[in-house]
Amino acid sequence: MSNKTYTRRNFLKVLGLAGATAATPAIVSCAGGDKPATAATGTDQEPPIGKMTYRTNPKTGDRVSLLGYGMMRLPTLDAGGGSAREEHDAEIDQEMVNRQVDYAIEHGVNYFDTSPAYCRGRSEHATGIALARHKREEFFIATKLSNFSPDTWSHEAGVEMFRNSLRELQVDYVDYLLLHAIGGGDDAMDEFNQRYIDNGILDYLIQQRDAGIIKNLGFSYHGDVAIFDHALKMHDSGKVKWDFVQIELNYLDWRFADEVNDSNTDAEYLYGELVRRDIPAVVMEPLLGGRLASLPEPLAAKLLARDPGHSVASWAFRYAGSFPNVLTVLSGMTYMEHLKENLNTYSPLLSLTDEEMKFLEGVAAEYVSYNIIPCTACQYCMPCPYGIDIPAVFGHYNKCLSEGCVPRSKEQADYQRARRAFLVGYDRSVPRLRQADHCIGCGHCEPHCPQRIRIPREMERISRYVDALKAGNAEGLVDPHLRTED
Amino acid sequence: MKLRNIRVALAVVFFTLITWLLLDFTGTAHHWLGWMARIQFLPAVLALNVVVVVLLVLLTLLFGRIYCSVICPLGVMQDIISWLRRKKSRFSYSPALTWLRLPLVALLAVSMAAGMGSIVALLAPYSTYGRIVANLLQPVYLWVNNGLAAIAEHYGSYAFYSREVWLRSLPTFVIAVATFGVIAVLAWRNGRTWCNTVCPVGTVLGYLSKFAWLKIRFRADHCKHCGQCASHCKASCIDFKNHTVDYTRCVTCGDCLDTCKFGALSYCAGSPNPPKGGLDDSKKQPGTLPSKGDGGIPEKGAGLDRRAFLVGGAIVAAEAALAQAGKKVDGGLAAIEDKAVAVRTTPLTPPGSASARHFAQHCTACQLCVTHCPNDVLRPSGILLTLMQPTMSYERGYCRPECTRCSKVCPTGAIHPIDTAQKSSTQIGHAVWVKANCVILRDRVSCGNCARHCPAGAIMMVQLDPSDDTSPLVPAVDRAKCIGCGACEYLCPARPHTAIYVEGHEVHKEI
Repeated sequence: MSNKTYTRRNFLKVLGLAGATAATPAIVSCAGGDKPATAATGTDQEPPIGKMTYRTNPKTGDRVSLLGYGMMRLPTLDAGGGSAREEHDAEIDQEMVNRQVDYAIEHGVNYFDTSPAYCRGRSEHATGIALARHKREEFFIATKLSNFSPDTWSHEAGVEMFRNSLRELQVDYVDYLLLHAIGGGDDAMDEFNQRYIDNGILDYLIQQRDAGIIKNLGFSYHGDVAIFDHALKMHDSGKVKWDFVQIELNYLDWRFADEVNDSNTDAEYLYGELVRRDIPAVVMEPLLGGRLASLPEPLAAKLLARDPGHSVASWAFRYAGSFPNVLTVLSGMTYMEHLKENLNTYSPLLSLTDEEMKFLEGVAAEYVSYNIIPCTACQYCMPCPYGIDIPAVFGHYNKCLSEGCVPRSKEQADYQRARRAFLVGYDRSVPRLRQADHCIGCGHCEPHCPQRIRIPREMERISRYVDALKAGNAEGLVDPHLRTED
Repeated sequence: MKLRNIRVALAVVFFTLITWLLLDFTGTAHHWLGWMARIQFLPAVLALNVVVVVLLVLLTLLFGRIYCSVICPLGVMQDIISWLRRKKSRFSYSPALTWLRLPLVALLAVSMAAGMGSIVALLAPYSTYGRIVANLLQPVYLWVNNGLAAIAEHYGSYAFYSREVWLRSLPTFVIAVATFGVIAVLAWRNGRTWCNTVCPVGTVLGYLSKFAWLKIRFRADHCKHCGQCASHCKASCIDFKNHTVDYTRCVTCGDCLDTCKFGALSYCAGSPNPPKGGLDDSKKQPGTLPSKGDGGIPEKGAGLDRRAFLVGGAIVAAEAALAQAGKKVDGGLAAIEDKAVAVRTTPLTPPGSASARHFAQHCTACQLCVTHCPNDVLRPSGILLTLMQPTMSYERGYCRPECTRCSKVCPTGAIHPIDTAQKSSTQIGHAVWVKANCVILRDRVSCGNCARHCPAGAIMMVQLDPSDDTSPLVPAVDRAKCIGCGACEYLCPARPHTAIYVEGHEVHKEI
């Protein structure tokens, strides 16, 4: 209880801080244009050029655009127009990637974040092609040492992975290099040591930084907070100096990360630790894999009623951008619309007021009550050896929760409609042989999940729910989340 | 004229609706039209549906073989094919092939008694039509449905859902194509040849209709021997030279009445030479004007056009294979190998069918249950003796506890109507664990998916070696509880051969 009050106070304190510092760019931009600020950031219009909000990297003095381009959800040539995340086999639409990258740069975006693992290993290549068409000084590139597979844990394999990144990206130096997703694995500390310490890869990367091949060295973190603390202790002791750290930050994770999943850590803590050390934060998952862009209907209505001109997603971006120690906010923009919408939000950023922050806090609290599975469709769990399409199953379930299509009782008024929407939609979203009932619970996926979702358990409860829904078995319909909670 | 129009209108209605009944996988059609399958002659006989059989016999004794012209979809299909040909006056009288007809009736009777379902299925008219629809037309219907489902999905509607189109049985498909081909050629050339030489139902009703009250009758004094009637008679049953009609073959279609310009033919009761005019029995005005607008048969009737022929077999969509070694990069889907159809010593028959023998003796293989099965469990059997009769397998789904659809739609009583409570206590087979295939031992992973999903609670996980606490947990089947629904087989991750499968029981029992 006392813990809660503390968090709340802390929350407000940081808010005040954010409000104060963020006010400056907002005023500057207002002075620049004579249009009212709200009109300038309306998310439906053509984004303006030259209005992007920038943050300064304290070490290098880099002026980094607040909007960073995440290259994890690249557009594909699939007729359905999905991203390379969902359309597993589809070829990346390089022409579209080029166009969007050009458009982003034209509108002031200069931070591009990729990884050797993204898009089944094709993201760096595509990013390299798109960026090679621009002057090297015009952009900062961030990539990662994504040595997830144990057979890439050797020193040689790590070095080769980094060198390959330079080749794929067609560059001779990397601006931002991250140890990718530390904190995962069954034994997170053991895995961290094996991936980066015992094999000397971290030392190698530090050498590369000294040599100027890496300009900034940092890590991205998910999962076990002990590893996060451990990495910062290394920083404090001078073992390694982190130039930046990438964390998940959004209005849900700020205070409710641990309520969604008790092994997760609130962004409030993570961010606070970075502020204390003056390490800039790069924000990932500002939208939680899109979940904060498509909120449950009543919540979306709330946001839209408050500000009909701005999209639901823009609130989440303004939230993440309102923290002054944030260097850039990454967004995996598959479509031009996403890009334009986000450019509008950050050209320039209109920081949230204290009152708006509190409003979002309320939305977050309400959101938690929907028991949405915290999957961001990052696909780190994939491929499942038994063929389950894990993110698609969770995606469908979450979508139905948001749309009110998860009936809990046969008596409820729209039972038949909701049942049909859930079941027909399920077969549409996930082929039958890749649905939850085929999960055998082997647990291969679980250590890979950055959100630490207990995937087999969730699969089982969804499978049970679907079974009850098909059979019209009233008992099975009651909230399975509450039933299997142990 | 009058008679013909009524006959055509009724035939079109019956034909369209019964075709829809056979196609519709959602159950909507069955809710309203299930009776249409039940009033088919052979199914009614097999179901010992005395009321229907008596009514059909009475109908025939009153009006002749009107059944063959209106109720039997195979008969109407032949009429449509025959009608598609422009030349309407291509027929001529030929004597009945009694030597073939009677033995075929006997063969049917013997096959039914002996439970030789495949022969019954070949001879039974309604089943023949059902097979043609299920194999040739349903794929088209499903593709159209899937197109609509895609459109619905685009607009966020759940009005249509897509169904997989797959080849349920190659032999049955080939037989369906062959029978359709033979019947279509016969109909194209000579009209009702099939009905009048092969169809045992036609023969039985034909001999009954000899005694019919209303018949096509000649008035010799009016006849000018022009032969128009015979050349328009698709049953080839009018011998105008002798002024006789072979009533065993006449299907009371009324075509001849329209063609005779001299009033020499009438459909009436009693003696052939009644008063004047056409005692066009159906009381109303003795039709004087010959066929007015004869656009009688709506285009709809031609639904089963020749193009249906060209539609190839169902294609099992092969899973896009994606070679993915260890987990090095994110995303991708592991390839899913197709499951092999389990080899069962005793084939499975659906709950409600009581026993393999009862099923074999009563099923006419009309495919109604097969086209209706929402879980893709039922498919035509490939075993010679029960060829085309449905059997069960669980690669694409399992016999879900809430579903009793096949028992509800079966018109012959081969599958007795049962409710879900009866179903969940009917043992149609039992699961068998195949140790060599089990992923627990093969891949050294924990699984238990079969036990987790067993609706009867018949599978438990036990130590492989009871004396060793660290030995893996493997499934064990309690045969007393297992009902044979196949959830375990369907959800078993071992591919292509599952590590647990259901062995059928010859006689079902209540547990």
